[in-house]
Amino acid sequence: MTLSTADLEALVAAVESDSGIEFDGLRIDREDGAYVLETPESERSGLEADDLEQALEPLAAYVTNWRYWRERVGGEGTARRAFLRWCERAPLEGDESAEPSSTDDRSGGAASADGGTLAVPDRYAALHDGIDREWGQLCLTARLVDDADEPAGERVYDCWHVDDADSDLSDLEIHDDPRDAREIATYDEDGRYRPLKTAPTLVSGWAFVGLSGAELVETIDFFYPATVANWHRERRGRLDVDHWIETAERQTGIYDVVDELPREAVEWMTEACCVDSQCLRRREWGYDEDDPIDVDGGDGPFPCREPCSLVVAAARKWAILESEAERTYELELTTSELNQLAELIDAVAEGRTDDIREADVNDGANRYRARYLRAKRFDDEGTLETRERREE
Amino acid sequence: MKALVIVAHGSHLNPDASDPTYAHADTVRETGAFDEVREAFWKEEPHFREVIRTVESEEVFVVPLFISEGYFTEQVIPRELRLESWDPERWDSDGTDASQVTLEAEDVGKTIHYCGPVGTHDAMTDVIVQRAETVTEDPDVGDGFGLAVVGHGTERNENSAKAVEYHTDRIRERGRFDEVKALFMDEEPEVDDVTDYVECDDIVVVPLFIADGYHTQEDIPEDMGLTEDYRLGWGVPSEVDGHRIWYAGAVGTEGLMADVILERAADAGADIGGALESVREGVTLTGESGRGSDAGPNAEAGD
Repeated sequence: MTLSTADLEALVAAVESDSGIEFDGLRIDREDGAYVLETPESERSGLEADDLEQALEPLAAYVTNWRYWRERVGGEGTARRAFLRWCERAPLEGDESAEPSSTDDRSGGAASADGGTLAVPDRYAALHDGIDREWGQLCLTARLVDDADEPAGERVYDCWHVDDADSDLSDLEIHDDPRDAREIATYDEDGRYRPLKTAPTLVSGWAFVGLSGAELVETIDFFYPATVANWHRERRGRLDVDHWIETAERQTGIYDVVDELPREAVEWMTEACCVDSQCLRRREWGYDEDDPIDVDGGDGPFPCREPCSLVVAAARKWAILESEAERTYELELTTSELNQLAELIDAVAEGRTDDIREADVNDGANRYRARYLRAKRFDDEGTLETRERREE
Repeated sequence: MKALVIVAHGSHLNPDASDPTYAHADTVRETGAFDEVREAFWKEEPHFREVIRTVESEEVFVVPLFISEGYFTEQVIPRELRLESWDPERWDSDGTDASQVTLEAEDVGKTIHYCGPVGTHDAMTDVIVQRAETVTEDPDVGDGFGLAVVGHGTERNENSAKAVEYHTDRIRERGRFDEVKALFMDEEPEVDDVTDYVECDDIVVVPLFIADGYHTQEDIPEDMGLTEDYRLGWGVPSEVDGHRIWYAGAVGTEGLMADVILERAADAGADIGGALESVREGVTLTGESGRGSDAGPNAEAGD
């Protein structure tokens, strides 16, 4: 890579106007009318303007790196910038003084879970081949553009499903408009609507190729809304968590009842909804600030900072159902039929019914077994025959 | 930098409920009037709670894609957006006058211009008329035609009817249509009896709803007698009691709705340059009603 005149002019102008620059290991200052140039590998001082140019020539990666982040990405302190730096394993701003690749998995979130950061020369070498990252079910690649028409150091980003990581691009449907992500994220493999964007049911078979940094973040925002913003907050220790009871008490209208959901039912609710098999978010909220929920919050990559609208809507149903008194019923079942009821509930809860083979009559949740049980034990109205047991 | 955030109901059950929101947001995006444009939903993601933090702009214009002032615009949205010092009094509205109020979003330290809903803006009157033009494929429709604007109507929110009456009054004053009536689903006068209320042989029926769905694609067509079963569909126009009913579907899917969103933001002080002109030109030139009109049945806000 060679430096263009534009790169040099931008750099010198910044040194003059900002009285020196210091970025990603590159430091240029003015001292006594001459330049000081420093990288982790080298240090030169007393450089005149012409010398500076020559001295920078072998440091082209540092210069184009500086220019990419300053001019193309910008947005210092923003989640977008932090995310794009994470994508290429650059040190995250504000983290330089901290331990490299923080050992605190939780606060570092996805950023620290998979290895450390790279200094500019190593990063450029890696960017030539493409640096891969995972974001939920997305695989992201940052790479340098190898195109004479683009400024040196220009990055582009690709995004596809982790299941397609080894697929040939020609086998995937190629997109370049972030808005296409909305359509992809709307339906699961069976064509059913996905109201929860962080459900682990994103379809594969597509790829976004050659996105700009801004377009990549926009694409992610359509696939996994607000995950970049909340990741950024969590990383800086500023994730604001609203616990169950705060969220429940805030509700009005038809949702006014959700704060009546019994404490133990909130546990069952999180076990039903807020686990890794159902959502890629990691639940950070408890019942109340000092009252954690026993059910594990999961290992999802994205922090969940308050009960989502699906949970609130479901909680309304459970709050109403839990207000009913318990009764005791008598019904006739063989032991196997009782076990079958348990198998049926489990199969539905695990979304397993479609996997049960047509003729597998050994599985209690097999459709013919269920139809037989219905034929035998349901009355003419189609309900399970039971008698309510009265207190003596 | 300034951002536009369009807040809408969305649905946990129907993927099409958010189509108009996305379609109008895209139209505004293409004008370049805002540095950032975001959609946010009560029942989808990003949720109202999360959306403001996803924009970098310090100044945010929030436009509710709702028909009337009421529960959502006065309670739910300001609460969920964490708008400090919100009070419905600050809109100083009697049900159709809300324009905007400037507030701080507590959790992000941004300035929020919280606008009145699209449904009560004066420009909405033009969208209703445009909808009549679209459905009849006649840019001069009016002479010999009656227009019925249909609202939900509910005892719980009197503003719902006010918005419908506001626009029907305005259209009537223009004298373009021979007759203009406000009709409702859940209160008198009811849309079921549209042919009792409108004498013209040709009647355009425009439901004042944001998205096509259960009401606009099932209830209303069946109630009016356009079809016995919504699944069988209906013709436009359809013959009912010797009248031709030109049923338009939800007005919110009309492409010109993007114009109302922009007007709301402009009223709140957003410099939108030539965006209004470019939206109007786009709508007129193509003669299409925007992508939202492709929404199939069941596209309505629901649970």
